[in-house]
Amino acid sequence: MAASIKELEETIVEEFSYYDDWMGKYEFIIELGKSLPLINEKYKTDKNLIRGCQSRVWLYAQIEGGKIIFTADSDAIITKGIIGLLIRVLSHQTPDDIINTDLSFIDQIGLKEHLSPTRSNGLVSMVKQMKLYALALKTKML
Amino acid sequence: MTAVAQHKTILDVEKVRKDFPILSRKVNGKPLVYFDNAASSQKPQSVIDATNKYYSFENANIHRGVHTLSQEATSAYEVVREKVRAFINADKSHEIIFTKGTTDSINLVASSFGKNNIGESDEVLISAMEHHSNIVPWQMICEEKKAKLKVIPINDDGELLMDEFHKLLSKKTKIVAVTHISNSLGTINPVNEIIAAAHEKGIPVLIDGAQAIHHTTVDVKELDCDFYVFSAHKMYGPTGVGVLYGKEELLNAIPPYQGGGDMIKTVTFEKTTYNELPHKFEAGTPNIAGGIAFGVAIDYINLLGIENIAAYENELTNYALTQLNTVPGIQFIGKAKERASVISFLLDNIHPYDAGVILDKMGIAVRTGHHCTQPLMDRFRIPGTVRASFSFYNTKEEVDLLVNGLHKVIEMFK
Repeated sequence: MAASIKELEETIVEEFSYYDDWMGKYEFIIELGKSLPLINEKYKTDKNLIRGCQSRVWLYAQIEGGKIIFTADSDAIITKGIIGLLIRVLSHQTPDDIINTDLSFIDQIGLKEHLSPTRSNGLVSMVKQMKLYALALKTKML
Repeated sequence: MTAVAQHKTILDVEKVRKDFPILSRKVNGKPLVYFDNAASSQKPQSVIDATNKYYSFENANIHRGVHTLSQEATSAYEVVREKVRAFINADKSHEIIFTKGTTDSINLVASSFGKNNIGESDEVLISAMEHHSNIVPWQMICEEKKAKLKVIPINDDGELLMDEFHKLLSKKTKIVAVTHISNSLGTINPVNEIIAAAHEKGIPVLIDGAQAIHHTTVDVKELDCDFYVFSAHKMYGPTGVGVLYGKEELLNAIPPYQGGGDMIKTVTFEKTTYNELPHKFEAGTPNIAGGIAFGVAIDYINLLGIENIAAYENELTNYALTQLNTVPGIQFIGKAKERASVISFLLDNIHPYDAGVILDKMGIAVRTGHHCTQPLMDRFRIPGTVRASFSFYNTKEEVDLLVNGLHKVIEMFK
């Protein structure tokens, strides 16, 4: 049984609790952003592109056994690091769980500003798109 | 008010900084270093006080009432029109049209001038370094009229290719609209040459002065431009107030932009006759408080002296260029020989957004992204830049903080 969204969020919050200053936290995100292979290059197409004013995000979704597998990427490392966290939490989950999550862990680890619409880094649109995929799949399964 | 009078001859930056309350605040626990002046400048206390005073003691609608408050508000607002006229050395104060800002001013000209002067297969000539607000309004009118948008190309240093410009001027060209100073590259364009060449062929010229008006002396009579547009908020004044300067003859010849109160002479259901300049283009109640505070911002610039401001900003820009040049992997985007206090750059392969986020954590406000000049970024094949833009209240110490911050950014992303 794979971990639930809630369990994964708690793990991430715990991981971030080791860093008490912004620099350590951002160094961790940068490492995440650098190390994660997030998307198959062939899916980095215009069709899957979410154009933020600041950074660009590619999002691809596929379905396996009633669960959604997300892969994504960004041209900015910090955005990519946060995508890594979002994917870790939301990928391999059921549509209902994805639709109902509020992603409050982002606030708890002090990165809420990156999910602010004013940042225009593509992340807000990405989360919206993830939920839309989940909704579409759920409708299809009914 | 008198506090700034002493700055008159030599700009004393420490004294000037005290006029701007926001400069003493902290951001993310660090003293604010505000290097996003090309997006919007900060406001001196006198401008803030003027807004407050207007709403506290003077508030009334203008151009309408016979009562004292309305009369006073009207006078205070109209005095600003005269201040703007003097500031840019226009002939007549009714050649100064108040708008919401530069974007609004350009939309007004594109729409009203375009209505009767641009037709099928005509051309509008802009440049490759325009802000979206000097591209899209022209694109819209061109689409409507089936006209063509032509673009003056630039070289790798971010300078207009003037030979190409001269070749692009043709019988089909109905108007030329170019920026005085590029908001992304800092390039100062040879607007005198552009205007003279266009006029030789009887083509009117609009100059986007949003980045120039607070940095250099602008004399519309000497320039001989047909339209000159700018915003108050980049000249230490409030947001939501802008200016369209236009030659009287042209402003009289083009139709009103929006309908409503203040722009009419008589209204019946059959026919409305329009008011005279400048009111013909000023439908509805304007931003009166903003307008009055804008006047105070102009007073402030005049007290410091635009030449003193320019001299200080040029010195600071040269210092910044030298210091930034020591940062490993820095690549300047825009290397024009004639440039203003805007510096755009990239650090190796570090994305501008990443650099901006880390600098912000250190209290340093820079702009990152495409700066509303996407076609220009495409020209350089880059997603955007980091842009530091300076004002007269910035210091060399702040430039040093930026340089240190960039070293830290490189360390974090290497």
